[in-house]
Amino acid sequence: MAEQLLIQLLIGLSSGMILALVASGLTLIFGIMDVVNFAHGELFMLGAYMGTTVLVTTGSFWLALLGASVAIALLGAALQITTLRPLVGRDPLTTILATFGISLVLQNYALWQYGPVARKIQEPITSQFQFFHIQFPWYRIVIAILSAAIIGALWLFLKYGKYGIWIRATTQDRIMASAMGIPVPLVHTAVFAIGSAMAAASGVLFGPLVGVNHAMGLDWILKAFIVVVVGGMGNLGGSILASLFVSLLEAFASLWVSPAQAVIVSFVVLILTLLFRPTGLFVPTPK
Amino acid sequence: MSAPRSSSGYWMGFAIVLALLAAAPLVLPEFWRRFVTEILIWGLLAMSSDILIGYTGMISFGHSAFFGLGMYGAAAALLTVRPPNLWLALLYGLIGAGVIAAFVAYFATRLRDIYFAITTLVFSQIFYVIIFTWTEVTGGENGLTFRQPPFSVPAVLSVPFTPVTLHWFVLAVVALSYLLLRRITQSPFGMVLQSIRENEPRTRAIGYHVERYKIVAVMLSGLFAGLAGVLYAVQNKFAAPDFVFFLISGEVVIFNVMGGMGTLVGPVAGAAFFLLLREVFSRFFTEYYLIPVGVIFTLMVVFMPQGLLGFLRRRLNQ
Repeated sequence: MAEQLLIQLLIGLSSGMILALVASGLTLIFGIMDVVNFAHGELFMLGAYMGTTVLVTTGSFWLALLGASVAIALLGAALQITTLRPLVGRDPLTTILATFGISLVLQNYALWQYGPVARKIQEPITSQFQFFHIQFPWYRIVIAILSAAIIGALWLFLKYGKYGIWIRATTQDRIMASAMGIPVPLVHTAVFAIGSAMAAASGVLFGPLVGVNHAMGLDWILKAFIVVVVGGMGNLGGSILASLFVSLLEAFASLWVSPAQAVIVSFVVLILTLLFRPTGLFVPTPK
Repeated sequence: MSAPRSSSGYWMGFAIVLALLAAAPLVLPEFWRRFVTEILIWGLLAMSSDILIGYTGMISFGHSAFFGLGMYGAAAALLTVRPPNLWLALLYGLIGAGVIAAFVAYFATRLRDIYFAITTLVFSQIFYVIIFTWTEVTGGENGLTFRQPPFSVPAVLSVPFTPVTLHWFVLAVVALSYLLLRRITQSPFGMVLQSIRENEPRTRAIGYHVERYKIVAVMLSGLFAGLAGVLYAVQNKFAAPDFVFFLISGEVVIFNVMGGMGTLVGPVAGAAFFLLLREVFSRFFTEYYLIPVGVIFTLMVVFMPQGLLGFLRRRLNQ
């Protein structure tokens, strides 16, 4: 039993880090632009598809990771300029509607372009190590570390980078930032592009563990939303902790129930959070 | 508040539309007759969510749960009670939707704006997963099929539905629901909802118990959505998990945006517009019709936030 728990702990941690990567992109976009990006899951899915395309042409997983991130970042920037920029100053709820429309288009585009059959990304590291009675793939460990590295890099960039400081200034006071000469619309576009790139990167990283198909975005966006609410919306650290928490719970729950039902665990966590701590589990109590 | 002249104009318009819809099945060919009946049912669902989106300012992405529970409630009544009874199906469906709505309302109304939208979405997915995996009771992926109940007045008559009489029955239910919803939105209760939409802190400051109003609004909305679910179940003789899935909730939001939020009639027009678009684009794009429809929807959000009937908003709410 104890070894079962340890195995699930590793699985939960590695998928938790992927979820954290998806959720940080979502949190970043929400925290800075007040935009709930319904199309985030679709960017994740398109990133995975883009990864398969680059992988087939170049044969290199790491190039696929890079190429997909850049391509989806450009797509994200284009989407932000064409549909979200005109909505600045309107009710934030309209951004949900607009990004929902985008997600419909992207999801069906993927279905049309790539067909309904799931594709597979070959993992770059196929070796495994002995972990109790099972062979545990190194790749899962690598994902967790890479995700952590990307999130860490984002944090360092926001904290110390010149443009990171621009982004934080824009979050704190849009008008003041603009008065100080920061090109706020450009910052918004850049943030959306960074968030999209993170979604794409997580899509490529996660691709080898599951098949790549057009509907994979929905599962993830739902989980990411739950995590973002549980962690406290717009709070980067909170959503990372919540990702790990929820993924671990789901991993442990799958010892007793089927994976489809394990999803309910995260729903229950959400309901309990809403009941007892609507501002989020991992944030200081608001005054 | 309203000038008598424009008010009589409104009722004139209402009577004309009602007469046209009543005459529609007599002249239209089979396919389009069914099409109009479906528009009415989806229109009722869209109207129910307009109470939240248009009047209270809360976007619900979980209306499929209420709709689906209405369907499964009706299925429960039609499968367990012999002989199948239409009114019992209605009652069971409304109870199902009402219970779920109370549950969702209690939790979701603690949150505002985006959080509310996400929470309703998550709730509808919970019910989707439960219905999808609880095969012994709900039939799982295949859903439940049953026979259409006859139209009955207890102890007086019991006649099986024909497509035309079913259309009239649906029309009657939808028209009555519309009048009821319209009355509700114009009542003092409806005014409070609209003031929550305009300025929630101020409404609270005046002394209204905002949360209670929101809970009642969600329940009301859920009940009417459940009613639409019952109608759909009776028309199609099945209940399936697909109708609890989030995609239906998304379509309901699309109906509202396309038709014009906060008008009650607008969402029905939006449903008609969406179904027509789907019909037209399916011929060119087959199952990928959501690509052009999604583009049109996004463009409407950006450039036409009032929707098709938004310009009539003032007149329709008189």
